[in-house]
Amino acid sequence: MNTDAPILQVENLTIALPSGGDRATAVRNVSFSVGRGEILCLVGESGSGKSVIAQGVMGLLPKSLPVQSGRILLQGEDITHAPLSRLRELRATRMSMIFQEPMTALNPVMTCGDQIDEVLRQHTRLSPAERRDKVLAIVREVLLPDPERMVASYPHQLSGGQRQRIMIAMALVLDPVLLIADEPTTALDVTTQAQILKLVLDLQGRHGAGVLFITHDFGVVAEVAHRVAVLRLGDLVEVGSKHDVLQRPSHDYTRMLMAAVPTLHLKQRPHDPGAPVVLKVQGLHKTYQDKRWFGPARQVQAAQDVTFEIRRGQTLGIVGESGSGKSTVARCIVRLIDPSGGSVMLGGDRPGEAAEDIAMMPAARLRPLRRRVQIVFQDPYRSLNPRRNVADAMVEGPMNYGLGRVEALQRARQLLAMVRLPESALERYPHQFSGGQRQRICIARALMMEPELLVADEAVSALDVSVQAQVLDLFEEIRSRLNLAMLFITHDLRVASQVCDQLAVMSKGQVVEYGPAHQVFGRPQHAYTQALFAAAPGRDFAFSGA
Amino acid sequence: MAATDFEKLSVESATVHEQPSAWARVRRNASVRIGGVAMGLLLLIALAAPWLGTVDPSLFDPASRDLLPGKLGEITTLEGETLQHRFLMGSDSFGRDIYSRVIYGTQVSLVVGLCTALVSLAVGIVLGLLAGFFRRLDGPLMRLMDGLMAIPAILIAIALVAMWKGTLLTVVVAIAIPEIPRVTRLVRSLVLSIREEPYVEAAISLGTPTWKIMGRHILPNCVAPLVVQGTFICASGILTEAILSFLGVGLPPDIPTWGNVMAEGRAQFNEYPHNIFFPGIFLAVTVLAVNILGDGLRDTLDPKMAKRG
Repeated sequence: MNTDAPILQVENLTIALPSGGDRATAVRNVSFSVGRGEILCLVGESGSGKSVIAQGVMGLLPKSLPVQSGRILLQGEDITHAPLSRLRELRATRMSMIFQEPMTALNPVMTCGDQIDEVLRQHTRLSPAERRDKVLAIVREVLLPDPERMVASYPHQLSGGQRQRIMIAMALVLDPVLLIADEPTTALDVTTQAQILKLVLDLQGRHGAGVLFITHDFGVVAEVAHRVAVLRLGDLVEVGSKHDVLQRPSHDYTRMLMAAVPTLHLKQRPHDPGAPVVLKVQGLHKTYQDKRWFGPARQVQAAQDVTFEIRRGQTLGIVGESGSGKSTVARCIVRLIDPSGGSVMLGGDRPGEAAEDIAMMPAARLRPLRRRVQIVFQDPYRSLNPRRNVADAMVEGPMNYGLGRVEALQRARQLLAMVRLPESALERYPHQFSGGQRQRICIARALMMEPELLVADEAVSALDVSVQAQVLDLFEEIRSRLNLAMLFITHDLRVASQVCDQLAVMSKGQVVEYGPAHQVFGRPQHAYTQALFAAAPGRDFAFSGA
Repeated sequence: MAATDFEKLSVESATVHEQPSAWARVRRNASVRIGGVAMGLLLLIALAAPWLGTVDPSLFDPASRDLLPGKLGEITTLEGETLQHRFLMGSDSFGRDIYSRVIYGTQVSLVVGLCTALVSLAVGIVLGLLAGFFRRLDGPLMRLMDGLMAIPAILIAIALVAMWKGTLLTVVVAIAIPEIPRVTRLVRSLVLSIREEPYVEAAISLGTPTWKIMGRHILPNCVAPLVVQGTFICASGILTEAILSFLGVGLPPDIPTWGNVMAEGRAQFNEYPHNIFFPGIFLAVTVLAVNILGDGLRDTLDPKMAKRG
């Protein structure tokens, strides 16, 4: 076989969308190739058709998305319209795929070992003993500790990173020539992500497989790619080497994306150390108790001894991985959950007004204070009641505090203009807006209450990179125009570096490092902070959109 | 300035999805159409009963006993007038016109089905909201519901009707009560999941009072599954009413209901099967129509519950 020939060739591939969608094709005239030992990153924002291409190659497209024209060649063999039996032979042996969410991609009622073994049973004539050796060997190769125990475990007994390693073991056990990775690290924490990326690179180097790597994260692209293909609404706008595409992009769209990737360099911002304190949190803790009928109650310390303060016009960022307790803290401050102890002093920044501790305040006394702290959530698709239009959503809060509907609507129009949405948005329902637009509506809804503190709980994490950049700009603009105090919760260090004046790093319910952002970013003291920064994908890579 | 670039080139503005409204999807569904048309016809029959060639369903004439379907016979009105009448579905052993009794029986069945669904939904929604929203009430209320579910529905209904008198109201209440736990459970589970939605948390932080959150944010998002559940209660209500009447513990025998007609025809089933055949057909078609309608509504309004096809 010719070793120079590409492993995967996609030629003029067009895949149709069902009629009635917002465009006619999922992807249009897409051509690219993946060579032996090469990692091609397919990047694009949501809806760009990158996953559809992966499904097309694997022959997993649903009937509603037929291949209209073009060819897919795997080692020279046309598999575009290959019969199911042939595809079944090819899957796992010549090409295999790893998915975003290892929990749902693995069968919960089979042990991990049995699931890897199933691949071997299907495709080889090895004896049970040989299969077992092979399973253990591959589990060892993906660097899972204690392989014997791992193969006997069920998926729910493993961590997210371990599950993804099992998926990779399953995909590579028969040494395929092509590996398709569809957002394999998106569901993982940043430190786990770094390990998995390293593993994929190692294995790929050792096995010499071609990799089609699908991601939306340019940090990951900078970390793993040899070549990059950029998709926009089903069109391939640019293919080239990593350095060409990420640092000297030729297409306007790519340039815009590169400009939108948040850098890890702190933005210089005016700093007023004498600004009055709006919120002072002291010794806050939250313990979840799992009451049982028999045996002792189980306790989970979601937040322990959390202490920080936020001044007017400043942004405090809380960063941490999932389960670090950062959202628990946000919810305690907004009093969506009741803290178990500590104090949350709100206000006191205006003359003649004393700060009040809202941590344990009963609901009736809390009600007038609620308006002063507002929150924007992560998921723009679930943050607005689907059955109420934007006007109803926006006037709800002020009308709860006695403002008339006419005045409230007046304020709503002003705020919509501030978040750059047309006045006509008032009459429309949430499903008529995109994710970024919905997030703008949520911000406007929070501002309707004229709060002193705005809490953003992963408020840009669900957004595409270009939209994320716009919403981050909006947060910045609002903070400086309204002189708001902001609490910005995020898992993304790049995002944190763009908006934060102060930074608190949380791990396992505790604040491990707290201080001015330039100090924490510049000279991280705590080992966890250092590890977190080291794991940020593409941290040394200079993206350039100019 | 980069900001203008974003807005021009951003993919977002081009990908706003206009979904067809739920109502449009409902109307396109074949099951909804078939079930809906059948229910419409039955409703029409019930409303137009006096003008469909029927006579007063309680009239009888000893001269016209046990006529076969299609036979001509005579019937005496309350004023003592004797009319020639064609017994389309034959007559029973008292000489009553089965066709008239079945057509008028449609009214009773539909009213009972609809009222049962409404009563059990109304009570179930209130109890479900209370159980889902107030931790303290949750345990006691749901254990009560569990207890109620442990008794067979038909036994509760028989016991309740036996305690009171067999009127339309008592029959509806007796059939509705065993259905309440099912609605309560459904509403409670919906409330428990919807109250975790960010938009409900946003409403809490906007200072919206609890009762407004229930009415504005939670109930409207429960409507689809409740409509579906309502149709199934309606179908089982119609069936249960027929069973009660058939067993002689439902509405009094002089009120024409399908169950009553069948009960009277039971003794003579071997000689005169038409006594049971015609009301049986109506009962089966009605229940089938309601269930088909409910299936269609479930598939369109509540895709999570629908089976993949």
